[in-house]
Amino acid sequence: MNFLFNLFRKEPSAPVARDRLQILLSHERTIAGGSDLVALLREEILAVIKKHVQVDSNKVQVKMERGESVSMLEVDIEIPTPTVKKKAASKPKVAATAATAAS
Amino acid sequence: MAKVLVVTSGKGGVGKTTSTAALGAALAQMGKNVVVVDFDVGLRNLDLVMGAERRVVYDLINVVQGDAKLNQALIRDKRVETLHLLPASQTRDKDALTEAGVERVMGELRERFDWVICDSPAGIERGATLAMRHADVAVVVTNPEVSSVRDSDRIIGLLDSKTLRAEKGEKMDKHLLLTRYDPARAERGEMLKTEDVLEILSIPLLGIIPESQEVLRASNVGSPITIANPLSAAARAYADAARRLTGETVDLTIPTDRRSLFGKLFTRRAA
Repeated sequence: MNFLFNLFRKEPSAPVARDRLQILLSHERTIAGGSDLVALLREEILAVIKKHVQVDSNKVQVKMERGESVSMLEVDIEIPTPTVKKKAASKPKVAATAATAAS
Repeated sequence: MAKVLVVTSGKGGVGKTTSTAALGAALAQMGKNVVVVDFDVGLRNLDLVMGAERRVVYDLINVVQGDAKLNQALIRDKRVETLHLLPASQTRDKDALTEAGVERVMGELRERFDWVICDSPAGIERGATLAMRHADVAVVVTNPEVSSVRDSDRIIGLLDSKTLRAEKGEKMDKHLLLTRYDPARAERGEMLKTEDVLEILSIPLLGIIPESQEVLRASNVGSPITIANPLSAAARAYADAARRLTGETVDLTIPTDRRSLFGKLFTRRAA
């Protein structure tokens, strides 16, 4: 239904292009200025965790979502339990989520 | 006082070489002494667009390295006598351009010409930064399209940090040249509007070059569009931009190619 509707009414795409560019460039300009807060947090959070636990870098998932007013940083780390006597050792997951207001 | 102008964009294929040739020719047609310099070492094309590809003997690298005198390498245009070309090398690699050598050549060019127009290679590497290094004025060529606008933003950042003027704390004059613009599509919301691009990049507008079939025709025959077809929409837009570069105030309009009813019928039948 929606598909049929869209066939007849094409949304202008230029405003989408403009908005995407504005969000992207506001981030890229802060990176060029050397103050990419989200990337800095990602590095430091990982560094702190690695200081305390042996982390397999394949078991780390970092997601970033840069938005206009708010950015999301999601760090998902699988930490192996030190006691491996039980056969099926459960692997608790630690997820750190940080939301930062974009500068 | 000579002015060194760099035509740059970051992204390839947006019209740097076409614009270098057109602006250079337009300034020369106004009586200015002009040299267009190709910095795209290894992928030179300004010679081809200017129609001088068979006259290249020496190139920029020969002059930079002292193997040839500037006089020997400069090619004078056969149509406009105040227009000159300094071609890039097609065989050497860009590392042969030394910073000191480029500085010396730019100094010599400044003494001989009113306008030194440097055609930058695409990208943000050595060739591009060397082309902008000595510039007083920059023309940032942008298409109304997301990837081009993003790359232009990046280039504007480099102009404000990597040029001699920026390093000395002086103002770097930057102008936007919007090319391949289609006013009808922009009006229908299918293409970024001039105001959108200006708001995002926030540098002053030098001109809007409408999408025109005449541009390809001009490069096919090896002639800057302002010489090949001075009455075409794109040529008039380039001529206006050149006048603005010299400080003239010219009303900003987007010229259109007027085609007669007969012309329209004819092309439709041919297609």
